[in-house]
Amino acid sequence: MKLPMLGVINLIHEADEMGQLTANRCLATVPFGGRYRLIDFTLSSMVNSGIPKVAVFAHTKFRSLMDHVGTGTYWDLHRRGNGLFVLPPSMEDQTDFGKGDLYHFYRHRDYFTRSSPQEYVVISRSHMVCNVDFAKVLDDHLERGADITVVCKKSDEPSPGLARKVLVNGAGRITEMQDHYGRLNSDIISMEMYVLSKELLLDLVETSLARGQDHFVRHAVGSMLGHLKVNAYLHEGTLGVVNNIAAYYRHSMQLLQPDIWRDLFFNPGPIYTKIKDEPPTRYNSSADVTHSLIANGCDIEGAVHNSILFRGVKVRKGAIVRNSIIMQNGVVGENGSLENCILDKEVEIRPLQHLRGAENLPFLAIKRKVI
Amino acid sequence: MRRNECIAMLLAGGEGRRLGVLTKDLAKPAVHFGGKYRIIDFTLSNCIHSGIETVGVLTQYQPLVLNQYLGIGSPWGLDRREGGMHVLPPYVRSKGGTWYKGTANAIYQNIGFIERYDPEHVLIISGDHIYKMNYDLLLEAHKEKRADATIAVITVPWADASRFGILSVDEDSRVVEFAEKPKKPNSNLASMGVYMFSWPVLREALIRDEADKSSSNDFGKDIIPTLLKEQARLFSYRFNGYWKDVGTIESLWQANMDLLDDEPALHLDDRSWRIFSVNPNRPAQYVAPHAKISSSIVNEGCLVDGEVNRSVLFQGVMAAEGSIIEDSVIMPGAAIGRGARVIRAIVGEGAVVGDGCVVGSIDSEEIAVVGSGETISLKAEMQEVEQV
Repeated sequence: MKLPMLGVINLIHEADEMGQLTANRCLATVPFGGRYRLIDFTLSSMVNSGIPKVAVFAHTKFRSLMDHVGTGTYWDLHRRGNGLFVLPPSMEDQTDFGKGDLYHFYRHRDYFTRSSPQEYVVISRSHMVCNVDFAKVLDDHLERGADITVVCKKSDEPSPGLARKVLVNGAGRITEMQDHYGRLNSDIISMEMYVLSKELLLDLVETSLARGQDHFVRHAVGSMLGHLKVNAYLHEGTLGVVNNIAAYYRHSMQLLQPDIWRDLFFNPGPIYTKIKDEPPTRYNSSADVTHSLIANGCDIEGAVHNSILFRGVKVRKGAIVRNSIIMQNGVVGENGSLENCILDKEVEIRPLQHLRGAENLPFLAIKRKVI
Repeated sequence: MRRNECIAMLLAGGEGRRLGVLTKDLAKPAVHFGGKYRIIDFTLSNCIHSGIETVGVLTQYQPLVLNQYLGIGSPWGLDRREGGMHVLPPYVRSKGGTWYKGTANAIYQNIGFIERYDPEHVLIISGDHIYKMNYDLLLEAHKEKRADATIAVITVPWADASRFGILSVDEDSRVVEFAEKPKKPNSNLASMGVYMFSWPVLREALIRDEADKSSSNDFGKDIIPTLLKEQARLFSYRFNGYWKDVGTIESLWQANMDLLDDEPALHLDDRSWRIFSVNPNRPAQYVAPHAKISSSIVNEGCLVDGEVNRSVLFQGVMAAEGSIIEDSVIMPGAAIGRGARVIRAIVGEGAVVGDGCVVGSIDSEEIAVVGSGETISLKAEMQEVEQV
C-alpha cells in the first residue's frame, strides 16, 4: 500500500484573497465544511493514497497550522522515520522571506534527499478542496511516460476561486498554462498538484535558481512546457478552489448537496481532521433544522435552514439562521437572526440582534466579535 | 493527586448476558451509549479528570472489540511513559492460570501489578456504569475519615432498593450494615460499585478471601461483608449526580432516553468534564431539506432525510427519505430505509431496516431490538408470515 512518493503541501506564496478570514491564519487553516481546515483535504488524500511521508512547507501565520496538525496523529502520520514534517521557512536573513518557493525548496532539499525509498514527489497547495487518489495519478504518470503530471479539473461552471488555466492537446499534453490573470480560453484548470520524479524536481530547482528564476509553477513547469512532457490528469470528483470569499461561500454551500457531501467526504477515502471530543449534537424540542450541515457539539433550540454549523455552535430559542456559515463555538442569542452571514470562530450574536448580508456578498464577522 | 498515591482497577470483564444480542460479540463495557460513546468511556474519563493516571483494565469475556477500542489509552490521555492504562486479561503463570472467578479474584490475580506501583490507595470501579464523578473528592473523604474502605453510595427509590447492595450508615457516615440485594431493605442507600481501599487493608483481605474456599470471591458478596464483620473502618461517600447501571435492554434504552430532555440529568456537553472516546472522524451530519429532528441527539457522519423524534443516532446512521424514528436508539452505521418506521427500539451496529419495514410499536411494553449486522426486509417479513 505504500506509494514510492513523497508529499509536499506548499504554502509559500499561496494565492490568498480571503480577507479577514486569513488575518491571523494561513489559507491552509481556514475552517471549512463544518469541522475541517482547508489543508485536511489534501493531507487526507495523500494519506489515503499511501504516501508515507508528507512535508508542509509553511510560510506565514503558521501558529494555527502547528496547532492543527500537531504531530500528525489524526492523519495517522505520527510515525517512526516517516510521517509529517512541518518545515517553516529556513532563512539566512529577512530578505530571503520574499523569495520564491524554489528558493525554499532548495533550503529544504534535505527533506527530498533523505527520503531514499521514495522516487517520486507530489507538490500541491492547500486550498483545493477535493478527494484525490494520488496512486492513480502516479500510475497515469508512469504509464504515459510523462515528465510532469498535473492534476487538472475540467468544468463548464467556473469556480469564483483564483486558478491557473491550462490548454491540453488531444494527447493529453499541456501546451499552455496561464496564471489566473490570463485571458486563456479554456475550461480546464490546474489543481496545483504536480507529480514528478524527485530527480527531475531537484534538477529543476537547481537549474531554475541558477538562471535567477524562483517560482516552481511559473518557471520550473510553465516555461518548460516545450522541453518537458507535461501531461494533464483529469480529476473526476468534486473540486472547490477556495481562496477568496465568494468561492468560500459558494463551495461551502455546495456541500448541502448530498451527492457532493458523499463524494467529497467518502470517495475514495475519508477526510481526517483534528478531533475535539465534542459530544453529539443536541436538537432540543423546539429545534427546526432543514437542509444544513451540522457538526458535533452543537446545541440547537432555534431554526437553522440552508446553513453550515461548525463544532460547538449554540443556536438559542427563537433564533433563526439562514444561508449562513457559523464557525466553531459561535453563539446566536435568543430571537436573534442571521441571513447570508459568515461568522468566524467564537462570534457571539447577542439576543434580538439581526444581521443580514447580500446574497452575493455575505456579511463577514471576524473572530471573537460580539455583535 | 500525587503520583501513585492512588491507582484505579477498572473491572471490564462483564458479560452483560441480559443485554442479549447487543453483547453477543461484545463485553458490556464496550456497549455503545449516548450517540458516540461506549460505556467504559465514562469511567476512563472520570479517572483522567480526577488525576488518576494509572488504570488497570481487567478484561475477560469477548475482549476483542474492547481491546481494539482501548488501544494504548490515547483517547483518554492514558498513554503515559509511566503508568497509564494497562489492559489486564487473566494470564498463565508457572503453576497454570485461571479465569477471573469473581471481582475480588480478578484483583487478587493482579496483586503483582498493583505492587509495581506501590500505591497507598486503590480505587475499584466498574466499566458498566454511566456517571460523571470526581474520584479525588472520594479520596479526600476516605483520607479524612482515615477509612480502610470508602464506598460511594447513591440514594435510590425504595421500590428499587432490593436490586442493589444496600448500606445502612450512622451519622458519621460509617457503614453499620451491608446487604446485597436484600428482600426487605433497611435503607435506600445503594452501593455504586465504586470502592476506595487503603491498599494494605485490601491486599490482606484479598489474600484471606482467596484462602477461603467457600467464598465466591466477589466484592459485594464477600470482601465488604467480611471487612464489616471484622469492624474495619468502612465509610460511605454520598454521590448526588446521575448514575446508571445499564444491565438490561430496558435500562440501556432508558439511559439513552434520559439524555433527551431539554434539561437532561446527565450533561454530555460539559467542557469541564468532557467524556473522551475514540472519535470516528466522520463529516458533519447532513440534514436534508424535508427532514425533521427534535428532542434528539445525532452524531457525526449521519444523513437524515426523515423524521427523528426523541431518539439517539450514533455516527454514520443513514435515515432515508420518509423514514420515521421515534423513541429509539440507532447504533453506528445502521441504515433505516425509505418509509421505514422505527419506534421504541434499539437498532444494532450496522443493521439494516429495509424500505417500508416497521420495527417496534408505540403500544409495546418491550423495547424491540434489531441485532448488530442484522437485515430486516419486507421480503423476510413476508416469509415469516408465510411460515406462521
